[in-house]
Amino acid sequence: MASIHGAILDLKRLDLLADSNTCIHRIDARAKVLVTLVFIVSVVSFGKYELTALFPFIIFPVVMIALADLPPLYIVRKVALLCPFVLVVGIFNPVFDREVLVQLGTLSISAGWISFVSILVRSILTVGAAFILVGVTGFTAVCQALERMGMPQVFAVQLLFLYRYIFVLTEEGGRASRARELRSCGRKGLGIRSFGSLVGHLLLRTWQRAERIHMAMLARGFTGEFHSYRQSSFGKTEIWFVLGWSTLFIMLRTQNVSQFLGALVTGLFS
Amino acid sequence: MSHHIVEVRNLQHVYSDGTIALKDVSFMLTHGESVAIIGANGAGKSTLLQHLNGSLEPSGGSIHIGHTPLSKSTLPDIRRTVGMVFQDPDDQLFMPTVFDDVAFGPFNLGLSVADVEQRVMEVLEQVGASHLRAKPPYHLSGGEKKRVAIATVLAMSPDILVMDEPTSGLDPFARRQLMALLQDFHHTKIFTSHDLDMVLDICERTIILHEGLVKADGPTREIFRNEALLSSCRLEKPLSMQGCPICRDIR
Repeated sequence: MASIHGAILDLKRLDLLADSNTCIHRIDARAKVLVTLVFIVSVVSFGKYELTALFPFIIFPVVMIALADLPPLYIVRKVALLCPFVLVVGIFNPVFDREVLVQLGTLSISAGWISFVSILVRSILTVGAAFILVGVTGFTAVCQALERMGMPQVFAVQLLFLYRYIFVLTEEGGRASRARELRSCGRKGLGIRSFGSLVGHLLLRTWQRAERIHMAMLARGFTGEFHSYRQSSFGKTEIWFVLGWSTLFIMLRTQNVSQFLGALVTGLFS
Repeated sequence: MSHHIVEVRNLQHVYSDGTIALKDVSFMLTHGESVAIIGANGAGKSTLLQHLNGSLEPSGGSIHIGHTPLSKSTLPDIRRTVGMVFQDPDDQLFMPTVFDDVAFGPFNLGLSVADVEQRVMEVLEQVGASHLRAKPPYHLSGGEKKRVAIATVLAMSPDILVMDEPTSGLDPFARRQLMALLQDFHHTKIFTSHDLDMVLDICERTIILHEGLVKADGPTREIFRNEALLSSCRLEKPLSMQGCPICRDIR
């Protein structure tokens, strides 16, 4: 199960990236969460046939990756992992929506294809932004920022637990799956049936572990409330960071910069 | 001080599926004692430990910590007094970073932020893990996890330290380090372990559990010399008391 272990290592790497000390990393987590939210909302709120206006938004991930010194290929690989899911979501658009929207000489492009590509571009932008946010902030800090911005604590705690035990559980799942593989001697083993009971066992073990963790929490005086000691400040840098990016996103949302640039260039040549 | 600090009287436990884990267990520990509870797999060791801080409810009998009987109303106090270190540190380290994890207990005790910070640094220093404070638990090695798990419990300033298999899964060096650490504590200590050499080194008293009953209770060395008793409970002398196998063959 090299792939599962590889995936864990990859996830741990994202976590380690958040430990760097660049100008972006030093900014308060809340500012980064806010900017990412504005970015995502701006990108998602476009109409379904909008494509050209989306491209200028690429500036945000590019600038963040450059300033925060993140490995670009790594982020691209992470985003590419999600593409198959997006393809499944959008693949039927060209089939059902056959109305011709663009005519390039003899080639006619249907509205379905435009909306399909639009979904793809939007996913790449938003998922990329989310990965970058975790890479420059760390998952824990993102959760704490969300909590301080008003998300109910119970959700924040759920997310933190999920993240903490992803590693433990995937390792457990990886071991169980390897044991099954080794005893099926390269064949399919008992096929889907053995996988069913494997997943069932994993669920039961998760349950038992949850009980033990709860016991450990009770043993240390847990009464249902999580305390946090972190203090961070939302200073001038953060305000400028949020204002600067948000203004840019709103401008890109309301003005089609690609079209404007296109018109400018074609105007120059005509 | 010589007052009795842990008293277990005719403790019985039957699991909901009908398995009888503890038939009749009684013993008494005094302040500052270091006691090992040993026995074969399934003898009831872990079940017994889980009763000591109220994680399991007895089917019969009673437990007193200090002079307080263990009951629903006294549970919060007793859980502060009895610090429990679990066998698998992954069950115990659930917070995002080592610092947060050690701070979890003191925050629940209602200490101020400054006090919590001071206490966390003290206990991390004590277990030699202060350099790990910003790390998430899944980036730690087995030995480091164990040390941090002990620190999380020490941060509650318990009077009694209960540990389930403290040396399991550790390499020889980490095991020695941990044993030295445990020897330094002046708490009342209760261990379960299959590492009988560790028991010989750090526990002056040993209780043998067998099929839910106390089979023997006395000085560790005396119990380990009694080969008939040990083998009737599916145990063996610790390796350090078995003599050198090479010399024995030459003779």
